[in-house]
Amino acid sequence: MAMIDEPLYPIAVLIDELKNEDIQLRLNSIRKLSTIARALGEERTRKELIPFLSENNDDDDEVLLAMAEELGVFIPYVGGVEYANVLLPPLETLCIVEETCVRDKAVESLCRVGAQMREQDLVEFFIPMLKRLAAGEWFTARVSSCGLFHIAYPSAPEALKTELRTIYSQLCQDDMPMVRRSAATNLGKFAATIEGPHLKVDIMPMFNDLTQDDQDSVRLLAVEGCAALGKLLEPQDCVAHILPVIVSFSQDKSWRVRYMVANQLYELCEAVGPEPTRSDLVPAYVRLLRDNEAEVRIAAAGKVTKFCRILNSELAIQNILPCVKELSTDSSQHVRSALASVIMGMAPILGKDATIEQLLPIFLSLLKDEFPDVRLNIISKLDQVNQVIGIDLLSQSLLPAIVELAEDRHWRVRLAIIEYIPLLASQLGVGFFDDKLGALCMQWLKDKVYSIRDAAANNVKRLAEEFGPEWALQHIVPQVLDMINNPHYLYRMTILQAISLLAPVMGAEITCSNLLPVVINASKDRVPNIKFNVAKVLQSLIPIVDQSVVEKTIRPCLVELSEDPDVDVRFFAAQALQSSDQLTMMSS
Amino acid sequence: MNGCDEVATAPAGPPQPLEWKFSQVFGERTAGEEVQEVDIISAIEFDKTGDHLATGDRGGRVVLFERTDTKDHGASRRDLERMDYPINRHPEFRYKTEFQSHEPEFDYLKSLEIEEKINKIRWCQTANGAQFLLSTNDKTIKFWKVQEKKLKKISEMNLDPPKAVGNGSMACSSNSNSPIPCLANGGSPDRSYNYLDNDFSFPPGGLPSLRLPVVTSQETNLVARCRRVYAHAHDYHINSISNNSDGETFISADDLRINLWNLEISNQSFNIVDVKPANMEDLTEVITSAEFHPTHCNMLAYSSSKGSIRLIDLRQSALCDSHAKLFEEPEPTGSRSFFTEIIASISDIKFAKDGRYILSRDYMTLKLWDINMDSGPVATFQVHEYLRPKLCDLYENDSIFDKFECCLSGDGLRVATGSYSNLFRVFGCSPGSTEATTLEASKNPMRRHVQTPSRPSRSLSSITRVVRRGAETSGVDANGNAFDFTTKLLHLAWHPTENSIACAAANSLYMYYA
Repeated sequence: MAMIDEPLYPIAVLIDELKNEDIQLRLNSIRKLSTIARALGEERTRKELIPFLSENNDDDDEVLLAMAEELGVFIPYVGGVEYANVLLPPLETLCIVEETCVRDKAVESLCRVGAQMREQDLVEFFIPMLKRLAAGEWFTARVSSCGLFHIAYPSAPEALKTELRTIYSQLCQDDMPMVRRSAATNLGKFAATIEGPHLKVDIMPMFNDLTQDDQDSVRLLAVEGCAALGKLLEPQDCVAHILPVIVSFSQDKSWRVRYMVANQLYELCEAVGPEPTRSDLVPAYVRLLRDNEAEVRIAAAGKVTKFCRILNSELAIQNILPCVKELSTDSSQHVRSALASVIMGMAPILGKDATIEQLLPIFLSLLKDEFPDVRLNIISKLDQVNQVIGIDLLSQSLLPAIVELAEDRHWRVRLAIIEYIPLLASQLGVGFFDDKLGALCMQWLKDKVYSIRDAAANNVKRLAEEFGPEWALQHIVPQVLDMINNPHYLYRMTILQAISLLAPVMGAEITCSNLLPVVINASKDRVPNIKFNVAKVLQSLIPIVDQSVVEKTIRPCLVELSEDPDVDVRFFAAQALQSSDQLTMMSS
Repeated sequence: MNGCDEVATAPAGPPQPLEWKFSQVFGERTAGEEVQEVDIISAIEFDKTGDHLATGDRGGRVVLFERTDTKDHGASRRDLERMDYPINRHPEFRYKTEFQSHEPEFDYLKSLEIEEKINKIRWCQTANGAQFLLSTNDKTIKFWKVQEKKLKKISEMNLDPPKAVGNGSMACSSNSNSPIPCLANGGSPDRSYNYLDNDFSFPPGGLPSLRLPVVTSQETNLVARCRRVYAHAHDYHINSISNNSDGETFISADDLRINLWNLEISNQSFNIVDVKPANMEDLTEVITSAEFHPTHCNMLAYSSSKGSIRLIDLRQSALCDSHAKLFEEPEPTGSRSFFTEIIASISDIKFAKDGRYILSRDYMTLKLWDINMDSGPVATFQVHEYLRPKLCDLYENDSIFDKFECCLSGDGLRVATGSYSNLFRVFGCSPGSTEATTLEASKNPMRRHVQTPSRPSRSLSSITRVVRRGAETSGVDANGNAFDFTTKLLHLAWHPTENSIACAAANSLYMYYA
């Protein structure tokens, strides 16, 4: 048995626990790997710890994941970049494990380490490792290898570069779809390191293979490659090679591929440039907006604004707006909902005339949509329309929509609209708000669902912030305080909460004159829950009001509550008293 | 592949009927032994290479077997040997490991007992020497990894190994006068770690007295770990799971819905088929089985209780309630009876390896369908025609609802399915073949051999190749024994590359080769 000096004891434990039965302890040790390395010193880390870790490859995945992460930042502990290559063997074994997240982390760490390695070390150690992985027996190794080429390639001598390109092209044609997927995912990164001439000669054929893969999942990933490769190619090459691929992808048999195109369209447009976008991608996009599959239309509808921004308003009005009109009455509520969430952004692009003439009817029909999400999405972006057409035009149709949402059967819908009320208030202004929405805000305080009452109390506070204490004193406070006499204690509790939220906004004076008496009154409530909430509210009021008020009004009330028969009331009263004592002590 | 090669070199014309021989039995019943309900095998599946076999049982266990006759040789050597001794060798398996995949559960919300019985097992892509498989009971699918793990034995440590195995705290560090308390198994109180902060400086050369644990024993044992659980996605009982050729997704089918999963994501799935009518009283048809096409990632087939098979194309839309192709046999005129619909229900479908043919099993027949021909099956095989007069009895004792599985040989030339009295039948399905063999799941499979050189009663159309044959007339077997409806052979699987069949008779697994 080894003898260990006492100061080394914890580190010794840490090292022993690398092989503990308990996974938590092993994890803990792995997370402190740098500490262990420092304790062992650089040389022993290289000669003992790293080989030890290399053999530790059948541990649980959580441990392996942590190990892969730690090794990515381990260069300082093995003696700096000239020794960085010793980190490759343990990471190489981690690149082969079955669990995807471990492999991904190992690849990430290898990239980190590789990026710092000296050029000759990359050639001597990193590239051979890469070649081993790429020729690995199991697909897991080959999957990992795809993510390492972009690190190795720039440092490789000419002959090796040719070989690496050949290897990558083999990976693009691997039997396993998993490997081809990884090759497709990493193609853009690899291509970015490749010299211009080879890009066209070697990479484009690989890319073409991937775009025609039988597996939908491979083609899906190749769509992203379009954007990445497009940025690397000369504009004319991009139009010649990438544009046809995008156009054919937009008509792919698989809706998932078309969905990807719809999702990536903006990046794809950026890649090919404005002119081809107008001539070729507008028709493609229009097709996607009219796709048979709702999922594709959802993705396409969500990009309407972004896409229009690349076009001029004339093209947008001519080509896109008719589709938008169709989509606003789409059979799928999710399509309408996606459209509603972005359509507001089209207003500035189209300009005021077109907006009022064409877009406004669409807004209004979406505002009356039977599906609440659609209405909510319109309302949430109201500020954008407001800037273009002004509130007067909108308010007529807006208010019924809001009222309907405010009374929706589903509390989540009510909750969503409450959250937009402050935004609406700021857009609509005091006058409009007073007439129409004030009553609704009070009504929510009496909702059957707690979450709504809770949100309503918060809303009252935010309104007070928006319009100022003066306005609140006139328009909110009296109505709120009225409700303290509600026969149901749960509603009274909501009011107490609203008071505690309002008090900081209203300031000391109004709090003392209007709010505090109500709270003090409530301390005589017959329900203990109210009473201990009074204690809590009083505690929150103490820092706001004058010390004299605390002494004269709050403390006596709390003292009384602290002798209440109910144990909870006594507890919270005592707690409030204690905090008041502390405040007094601090201020004195 | 090897199996296919052999066939490819065979002369044109129907291959010779196979001579089936007994190979192995696992879990053989001794005379008079009662079969425990939990031991009854409920699923059998070979992996893609045929080097592994898995069975599931009603007790929720999965048992794995591995092939022994090729295990120690490299692939090239295997081929050499094959050329030298093509006939002597047949697949032999040995018990590898077993694990408890599912436990009985109770769904408190629905007051529903969930049996642990394994309904289906599917092998996934082998990676890194570890086997992966999916197993499912009625509700929950689990993803298992079976791997050899090194048994760790730590011989050298910095500290004394814990004297007491338990949770009590103990004193370590025998040279110290004031022992620091630490938890058993080495965990030490937090404060001890305090000076492991980065500020704590170690001498530049490191601390020589520290050493890494040394692992000595290199023994290995097999460990099965449940990697993912795909739960709460099915309201009805799961009848099938099937892997996609893309290696990342699979489907699970229950009576009314088919869901699509990603193997790596267990908390969400996508519903791709939903045949549930708005009003359950309008329900006329349920899904009985579903399978992905072996190579086309976008195609899958599912069968129904009305005897139809639907092929759907995942590329067409996200919800595939409308099928791309429907395979149905035109209803025979005139002969409708109370049982027509019940016995039409398809209990299992399987794609042939090349993906062109689909084999389906209904109560009385096996049918082979060409996916390019939806007007009717290209071949129909009567499995136990002699039962037709007894349908009433079979209905009375619920046997008519038994779900027999079916399987195709790797070369696609033969099909097999089970029957009662622990019998199973193998039919040749290549054009012109008259092969129709009846075997018994016992050590002497040909005991009940009644190879009636049955003349196929061909339909007039030679294009459709509808074959009806092997119809035995008596309800009594060759030995004069009445057929036994309690011993049924529901589950069987054909080795993917060789002529070898594994089948389950109650708790026993019988293997045959030809």
